[in-house]
Amino acid sequence: MLLRCFIESALIAAKDIILPGHKWIIWLEVMRLLEIEDLSVSIGGKQVLKDFNLRISKGETHALFGPNGTGKTTLLNVIAGIPRYTIDGGRIVFKGKDITHMSMDERARLGIGMAFQRPPAIRGLRLQDLIKIINPEADALSILRKMDFEAFAERDVNRGFSGGEVKRSEMVQLLAQQPDFVMLDEPDSGVDLENIKLIGEAINSLTQKDLRPSLRTKSGVIITHFGHILDYMKADRAHVMLGGSIVCSGNPGEILEQIKRSGYEGCAGCTCPV
Amino acid sequence: MHVSSIEEKARKARDKKALYGTDVDLESYESEAKPQEMVASAEDLPDIVTKAALDVGVKLDAESSGSFVQMDQTPVIAKSLYEGVEIMDIATALEKYDFLQDYWFKLVAADADKYTADAAAAPPAGYFIRAKKGMKTTFPVKSCLYLGSSNLNQRVHNLVIAEEGSELHVITGCTTPTHVQRGLHIGVSEFYIQKNARVSFTMIHSWGKEVEVRPRTGITIAEGGSLSNNYILLKPVKTIQTFPTATLAGRGAVASFNSVIYSSMGNIDIGSNVFLDAPETSAESISRVVSVGGEVIARGRMTGRVPGARAHLECVGLLLSEKGRIYSIPELDGQSRDLDMSHEAAVGRISEEELEYLMARGLTSEEATSVIVRGFLDVEIKGLPEDLKQEIKNITQREDLKGAP
Repeated sequence: MLLRCFIESALIAAKDIILPGHKWIIWLEVMRLLEIEDLSVSIGGKQVLKDFNLRISKGETHALFGPNGTGKTTLLNVIAGIPRYTIDGGRIVFKGKDITHMSMDERARLGIGMAFQRPPAIRGLRLQDLIKIINPEADALSILRKMDFEAFAERDVNRGFSGGEVKRSEMVQLLAQQPDFVMLDEPDSGVDLENIKLIGEAINSLTQKDLRPSLRTKSGVIITHFGHILDYMKADRAHVMLGGSIVCSGNPGEILEQIKRSGYEGCAGCTCPV
Repeated sequence: MHVSSIEEKARKARDKKALYGTDVDLESYESEAKPQEMVASAEDLPDIVTKAALDVGVKLDAESSGSFVQMDQTPVIAKSLYEGVEIMDIATALEKYDFLQDYWFKLVAADADKYTADAAAAPPAGYFIRAKKGMKTTFPVKSCLYLGSSNLNQRVHNLVIAEEGSELHVITGCTTPTHVQRGLHIGVSEFYIQKNARVSFTMIHSWGKEVEVRPRTGITIAEGGSLSNNYILLKPVKTIQTFPTATLAGRGAVASFNSVIYSSMGNIDIGSNVFLDAPETSAESISRVVSVGGEVIARGRMTGRVPGARAHLECVGLLLSEKGRIYSIPELDGQSRDLDMSHEAAVGRISEEELEYLMARGLTSEEATSVIVRGFLDVEIKGLPEDLKQEIKNITQREDLKGAP
């Protein structure tokens, strides 16, 4: 087991420098979960993502930083398959399948889950009923307990919830869904300190951070503005987005440090590997 | 003398068209029905009736304070399980109690239109339910009006009296078995809610595709009395037109109307009409309409005639098909100072954002639409015992309510 762990860690660390065609590439294909290749996306004629590239392997959680309007939410929405965007070029491959034009529900059933930044309220649909619809096998009560959310079991989904409650409702639904790849759009915004810890723990559970790295198969991507949530959850890699592209990638702690020091713009010319 | 004046009025109004709704040719229906036999209890009812009742949420064998079943024109069960709750067929009640003449055709005029006139001209059939003074029960009276013969004009006249300080819950299922395609149901109902009495009346309709329905309802609520009136129609019907009228006659009287309509065909003209005639009265009317076809006219009229009356109307519709129409007509008529009257009306489609949200959780577009539609129809009804609330919820959730036909 130790040996396997060592090999996998080495492979993951080395994946950016291994050349195509090398025999290890077969290993890497097995490990790869999501690949976005040269993706260009527009909405209402306005380009939002431009030749965007990103690879996320099994067991990895990535953080996305960047100023408002730089395309972070669009990226997540496009991966989820929200239909109001136009794909101008490129493709999204998930679990080896080209999902660029797949419907939202097919993607969800393939293992993609999303915590929305501002989800709608659904009148007449109780949270506990939605949990059962999402996953009839789920233990609704224990999931609700985990998020300290039992009191909301019979409330209509997101109806009259505060900002922080909405985020907990999102986590409850994802814990029921158990996706292989979870996308979190600002899961910490509007959440008080006490609940940030709960949300961080839920994300760790969804991305299997409680398991040894070699055993993790679930992955995630998180958008966060302030990075507080990163004190409570583990991210393996971080990227800074500007103008619809990634301009910098690296260790989450270091990237966050650099943003604090010299702002997002300062990251554009940073030395960390893209 | 009184009876003859009703007959006289009915005779004069027999061709009088109703203000609303399509006109029904009464001559095209049979007015005589084959008499049915009385049965001792619900267990002795034909299975087809028991099943039809169950389909409209009326579990005749479950706990209740009494039951009433009418097949075509014959009351076959009229039974009370509580001394303080009287349940009789109306013909027997009229014979037994002279005082009922003061309640008969007083809230609904015999000459209101050709349908009331037709009901007035027919031998009385229907129920008499009385909750005696101070009698409170949360177990509902369960009734089923069953139209089992094709081409019949079923006439029903119900009288409900909730005496001072009583609490009464009534659930009525009106239904036809699948083999009856064509028919007419005329239902006159008069509700007398006396001082501090609390009444809930829940009506669930399930008719055939060629059935026409003309309920005519009048309600009066005395000081401190309250009514929660709930109407549910989820199955196809040819035409329905109803506009129950409530008068809040005593200080602090409260009325709440909730309608849940799922239309796939036909012409449905429903609403409520409330007169707020006493201080501190309040009324609320909420209708939720989903149309995947057919025409729905959702009316609501509130008339405030004394200072301080409060009224709110809410007509919300989801139109899910090119073939449907939802026409929402909220009316507020203020005739005094210091009124608080408001309305909210909206007709729209399912929000794409809500659809996408559920699809992101793995529901197909059809499943997501169905969940949203059922949620939309799940009206929070106040003033109902928990069991009855659950029964209504089961009905709205059980139906296969889709986004498109």
